[in-house]
Amino acid sequence: MAKDSLYKYVLALGDDALILGQRLSQWAYRAPFLEEDIALSNISLDMFGRANLLLEYAATLKGNGITADDLAFKRNERQFTNRILFERPNGNFADTMVRQFFLDAFYKLFLQKLTGSKDEQLSAIAQKSIKETAYHFRHSSKWVIRLGVGTAESHTKVQSAIDNLWMFTNELFEMNEIDNEMLQQKIGVDCSSLKQEWIKIIDEVLAEATLKRPENIHMTTGGREGIHTEHLGHLLSDMQYLQRAYPDAKW
Amino acid sequence: MTEKKEQLFQDKIDAGLKIEPKDWMPDKYRKHLIRQISQHAHSEIIGMQPEGNWITRAPSLRAKMVLIAKVQDEAGHGLYLYSATETLGITRSELIEQLQTGKAKYSSIFNYPTLSWADMGAIGWLVDGAAIVNQQSLRRTSYGPYSRAMIRICKEESFHQRQGYEIMSKMSNGTPEQQEMAQDSLNRWWWPALMMFGPHDSDSAHTSNAMKWKIKRGTNDDLRQLFVDRTVKQADLIGLEIPDPDLKWNPESKHYDFGEIDWEEFWEVVNGNGFCNKERINNHTNAHTEGNWVREAALAYAEKTQNGDLK
Repeated sequence: MAKDSLYKYVLALGDDALILGQRLSQWAYRAPFLEEDIALSNISLDMFGRANLLLEYAATLKGNGITADDLAFKRNERQFTNRILFERPNGNFADTMVRQFFLDAFYKLFLQKLTGSKDEQLSAIAQKSIKETAYHFRHSSKWVIRLGVGTAESHTKVQSAIDNLWMFTNELFEMNEIDNEMLQQKIGVDCSSLKQEWIKIIDEVLAEATLKRPENIHMTTGGREGIHTEHLGHLLSDMQYLQRAYPDAKW
Repeated sequence: MTEKKEQLFQDKIDAGLKIEPKDWMPDKYRKHLIRQISQHAHSEIIGMQPEGNWITRAPSLRAKMVLIAKVQDEAGHGLYLYSATETLGITRSELIEQLQTGKAKYSSIFNYPTLSWADMGAIGWLVDGAAIVNQQSLRRTSYGPYSRAMIRICKEESFHQRQGYEIMSKMSNGTPEQQEMAQDSLNRWWWPALMMFGPHDSDSAHTSNAMKWKIKRGTNDDLRQLFVDRTVKQADLIGLEIPDPDLKWNPESKHYDFGEIDWEEFWEVVNGNGFCNKERINNHTNAHTEGNWVREAALAYAEKTQNGDLK
């Protein structure tokens, strides 16, 4: 039972990273300029690297010869347990940067705690990932500031991205049964305790960016229970096409 | 006076010395380099599209990471080739405008569509393979910044070529469907890859000065032959058939003889009538236009911070 909970916990973290990596990879050659093409693919690569480590670990916990690729390419929407913010479409550059900024700020706090996990694998993955996240956060927070301060047009766009994505942020701090069990075993992180610190980071950046944090917004949830926006299905059908069309093939 | 300078310039080249950005150089040499290096840079940039087309569909986590890293390398190559071109007195935005208006060309190979995952293999194996043959000879080109860029790029390209060959090899040893994809992909990319070396030496408008100035270090036909000789063996090794009935080993010349390239197709594609010419440029232009407000914002922010409007 405990092993099954750990599997689900690791799988969910892997799904977060995988889905965000896939989203970012959709920017390939479409960024506003060349340096940003490079930066976005870099971050995407880091997320896939993180997903790969987590899904490989999940696969060993699951056993029966299941591989990380099976987990990534052969599950459907209801079996994916990434939080919804990770799957939100790229939108325009401001939408992507705000999504990234919210998640980077979260990862910063979350991974810091996860480095202290009793589970050695998770702790090692957190230690590797936290260095990448520090760079991602510098990149995304700097862009939020640039866009907020830059022009009237960029200000409007980035503020609207914040307003639209805010409803998906509370889910980051929710704790379900598995989270609580993992916390009790000193394997997992108490996400609910990160919220205050997260708000503080967000407020600091938004203040410098002359942007406003939305208030009184109804919060959405469901990702960890496999309830997603309709966008996830399309992302998966694209991502999983070859594995599904040629199940016997090895690539 | 100019004649004397030209003589000194040519002496330097004949002695195998490099020309650096601040050195005197004939106007035609400068123009030739701008044309050639920017064409190379644009090829890297447009080349991101046919491969970018498969990033979201890459069939394994590893394949995905390898492909993203490859496309990222191409952006990096484009970046330092643009920088090398800028040392000749032209800006990146001018170069991008030349690309988008069709004034500057890029390698025609990228006007062919990528229709299966095997094409990711074929592009790495054949297109990067052909590019390497060309670029290896360019490591000794006479213009310093270009030569140094080539040395760096060659290292990464050989890595890409091996990765492409690995995809082809896996697929040609895979299921019947995968084998079919691999052969079909080779059939579609073989001739365009041979065209990458350009027209026959006798028909090439730019070869003679370029050889004299040591910008080019091998002729189109010689480099093409080198590529064919290398690649035929690699195809044999993984059981794929080169789509050329005239291909055969010539024991006298110790090279492979091969059939005639369809030059009509070559010129059609060069002149904008290939399968994807319009789409490639439109995609580039659209991404660039959609990014206008972001670049403007970055610029406005930089100005505001410099003026002290912000802390």
